[in-house]
Amino acid sequence: MKRLFDPASAAPALISMAGVTLFAVLFLHAESQSAILGLCIGMAVALFLLARFGWNALATASFAGHSRTAQASVVAGVLVIAAVFYDQHFPLLMLASVLLYIVVCLGLNIQFGYAGVVNFAGAAFFGIGCYTAAVLTNHTALPHLLVVLAGGLMAAVIGSLLILPVLRTYGHYAALITIAFGILFRVFLEVNDALGGPQGMKLPGMEIFGWKLNDGLVFGETEISFYANYVLLALAMAAVAFMLVRRLERSWIGLALDAVRLDETACAAFGIDVARWKITAFTLGNFLAGLAGAVYAMMTGFVAPNSFTFGDSLILVSIVLLGGIGNPWGLTVAAAVVVMLPEKLQFIQEYRLLLYAGLVILILLFRPGGLMPRQVRDYLPGWKP
Amino acid sequence: MSTLLACDGLSMRFGGLVALNQLSLSVNEGEILGLIGPNGSGKTTFFNVITGIYQASEGRVDYRGQDLARMSAQEIYRAGVTRTFQRSRLCLPLSIFDNLMIGNHRRLDHSLWFNLIRRGAFQAQFEGQYAAAQALVRTFSQSLSVRLFEPAASVNMIDRRRIEICRALISQPTLLLLDEPSAGMTHEETRELMDDILIVREHMPGLAIIIIEHEMNVIERITERCIVLNYGQKICEGPYARVAADREVQEAYLGTE
Repeated sequence: MKRLFDPASAAPALISMAGVTLFAVLFLHAESQSAILGLCIGMAVALFLLARFGWNALATASFAGHSRTAQASVVAGVLVIAAVFYDQHFPLLMLASVLLYIVVCLGLNIQFGYAGVVNFAGAAFFGIGCYTAAVLTNHTALPHLLVVLAGGLMAAVIGSLLILPVLRTYGHYAALITIAFGILFRVFLEVNDALGGPQGMKLPGMEIFGWKLNDGLVFGETEISFYANYVLLALAMAAVAFMLVRRLERSWIGLALDAVRLDETACAAFGIDVARWKITAFTLGNFLAGLAGAVYAMMTGFVAPNSFTFGDSLILVSIVLLGGIGNPWGLTVAAAVVVMLPEKLQFIQEYRLLLYAGLVILILLFRPGGLMPRQVRDYLPGWKP
Repeated sequence: MSTLLACDGLSMRFGGLVALNQLSLSVNEGEILGLIGPNGSGKTTFFNVITGIYQASEGRVDYRGQDLARMSAQEIYRAGVTRTFQRSRLCLPLSIFDNLMIGNHRRLDHSLWFNLIRRGAFQAQFEGQYAAAQALVRTFSQSLSVRLFEPAASVNMIDRRRIEICRALISQPTLLLLDEPSAGMTHEETRELMDDILIVREHMPGLAIIIIEHEMNVIERITERCIVLNYGQKICEGPYARVAADREVQEAYLGTE
């Protein structure tokens, strides 16, 4: 059913997005710690007041009714932020990082939010993508788009080593296996001289069909930071991954994954192959993490074991929990907050794990569905019986 | 009438405990068979064995030329045997429609290509399934049939029971196993539910039902034949009136003096 665009009902969503974009620009622009802190507090108060006056319900309904428009406005918002900071490396690097984190967390969301397979080694699978890119770009002439694909495939393949123990265990025990794998991965990198040991490896910037992403564009006097290229690439990846994960959720596969998470006995009674769907979810999730890792490595030009610690995996899990388990929109917002906040508010940096741990505990206690709880499955947006 | 399911010497042991002891029974096509007996007599164990949740210790379960005792739960469901559970096993956070579609798993297309890329074809399948689900639920409850996209957690016990029965019926099985459908319901609600089941059965000729029930008036009203279990053994078989009058059955329920 096609619906004509209705400006009045789309307005709350568009105004909200404009507000968020404006806040992000101010936040990234602010230099002094007090100004940043002030902005954060201001935003928190504003959100609280808006919620009190019923704006949130209005905006949520508006987003739901205009999912295409809402998605386009998010993409536009990212482009606006990129345009504002066109010549500054740091904000653009952060923006691209947020977008790549979103891709990883979408993967974790398939595993954890849908199929209920916990994965406390998200950073390790991200790292497999990074190291695959480093090795392939340094030792082969493989086109870089294929390198990215290889990063995803490598993460998926190595993840399949874990499938057997993960399928044979439940809950805490499955979590322990992934934790062990994450630690093993990091130790393996540190002692492996071919992979650069603890010092890591350097790798060249990305090149797609002759387009060198590490060269900034120059228009006369103005020079555009090369990170803008990576923002565009990461944005495209995040948008495609987001769309596919959405479709996955809104399909019979999404339903089978939910059933596997909620009741394995009922699954068996209705022919749902628990192992098949856990494997599918685990593999898809790791594939996304690997893809994002490969691009991230080429963007930063450097990989080292210290970037893939257990702490990093915990941050990925906390993004999914904070945003709202199973809700791609929620993790998008949470990824932005979790990645950017400690970068801008430096005094948080040291205590960030403590801060997130505290936040996760508070969320689980008072709002178990996360900041943006998942809604009942809507197979076809806008479809009415 | 031909035989749909025939158990021969079926036993289930948990360590030293014999839950089913050399049980032999048969179900005819289109028949409603009552399975009764005191608590712990092995009725639910029997369901768990023939649906593949437990692996039988010995014996055969012939069903259309296949041996259910050697098949996995998934294969048994695909062969057309579905069930409800004694304690509700709905996925409460999911919508009512989602829960029904879990029961319809064998008739849905689960390929990645179909679900992610061919959304037009998906929409066509979805709309067909929605119409079928709504028609089925409407037989049980008009008001429930317009609430299919609400969470299963939002409806009361009776409606949850109805959803569970619809979930077991939607894939058009040949054998339906009902495990105490009246548990937690009033007499009036139970009567309504049974009427609805009989209506659905008229549209599904050949559907055989085995029902475990403690409400004897339900058994009396809807079953054509009853089998009484005690300590995992069949102690009596026949129409309800004959079974109820049987001395051994009375002793099993009430004890001996």
